[in-house]
Amino acid sequence: MKITHHLDDATLMSCAAGSQPEPMAAVVASHLSVCPSCLSGLRGFERVGEVLFDGLETVGLDRPAPIVAMRAGEQDGETLVRANTDAKRTEVPAPLRHLIGDDLDSIHWKRLAPGLWHYPLPLSANTKGDLRLIKVGPGTAMPDHGHGGSELTYVLRGSYTDKLGTFRAGDVADLGDDVEHQPIADPIEGCICLIASDSKAKFKGWVARMMQPLVGL
Amino acid sequence: MVQLTVGAAQSSRAPFAAMPKNMADLLQKVATSRDIDAFRKLFEAYGPRVKAYMMRQGADAAVAEDLAQETLLMVWRKAGLYSDEKGSATTWIFTIARNLRIDRLRREVAWQPLPENQDEEASDDPSPEELLSERQRRERVQAVLAELPPDQSEVVGLSYTQGLSHSEIAERLGLPLGTVKSRMRLAYQKIREAVDDMQ
Repeated sequence: MKITHHLDDATLMSCAAGSQPEPMAAVVASHLSVCPSCLSGLRGFERVGEVLFDGLETVGLDRPAPIVAMRAGEQDGETLVRANTDAKRTEVPAPLRHLIGDDLDSIHWKRLAPGLWHYPLPLSANTKGDLRLIKVGPGTAMPDHGHGGSELTYVLRGSYTDKLGTFRAGDVADLGDDVEHQPIADPIEGCICLIASDSKAKFKGWVARMMQPLVGL
Repeated sequence: MVQLTVGAAQSSRAPFAAMPKNMADLLQKVATSRDIDAFRKLFEAYGPRVKAYMMRQGADAAVAEDLAQETLLMVWRKAGLYSDEKGSATTWIFTIARNLRIDRLRREVAWQPLPENQDEEASDDPSPEELLSERQRRERVQAVLAELPPDQSEVVGLSYTQGLSHSEIAERLGLPLGTVKSRMRLAYQKIREAVDDMQ
């Protein structure tokens, strides 16, 4: 997998800090699972976290070390193995498999407009924002759209091209709110991507334009 | 204004940055011989800091106590996965605490724990020269953080210490989202330059 589009530093900082909104975290984890370069970049940001953590005024603990629980967990410790680094690289990155399974072809896509399908992913009840898979047919153009806030896109299959370049499987588009673009899906494979945004309204806005005059969302 | 508190030498508390080797050695003892005395030392050193971290992130004292206990219990259980070639003991414990905080305080459906420094590609292993300079590197980071302009220091603090997202920081400070992100980039650029400079 040759990756050419990476995460922004501001995104890596938020990730290292553990401060990302839930939908963004899913896209970032997906890209990090296939991009050694961003993962190694993340370490630098974690060093910042370490220094700040190290400098916190401490608060004394009320209870002693949990020796009993430690003993009880002994068996657990034995069975813990190194994280599986050689997990077979399917199209679905490891962090998404518990959400969508490992086969993009068995997803229950819902048709939104000609050449456009989606599959919304569940988020915690009180979470703002939106996370969904989008499938775009070969050669289909999305409406010209800007982003009123943050939007992160991870490509799972195929590719799309806009004025920023071609985004292929493994790439991430980490766009500022000032970017207007009109992506066109690969003429043969189309494109399947995971899109996180910090508001639902934005997604509805651009889909609505695409599916006119079909019934609104 | 959020003040960044970096582990300064004049402080009465002893930052672990000053003794990364000791902490890594204790972790190794826990890993290889399940050494309870070594663990107690780690518990005393890190527990109160993890509790403070959880409280700064919005947990009340009782929840923070539980999360600190649980973090250290995970350190005991996962010690075998730690390798000092992958970074300091403090970074490793910080990532465990951070992941546990997200897992417990936010209960997110779509959240997957980030790697805790144990499963990177072999090519990412630092060379011996890099290992030697790990402490210096941390000192550089501290120095740059301490001298950041207040507007940059503020967004970095809100992100790491209070757990606010880009949009939440923008809202809190009444700034455009793009400004928040660019302040973060500028701050990190200085850190990166200071660290890269050492090579």
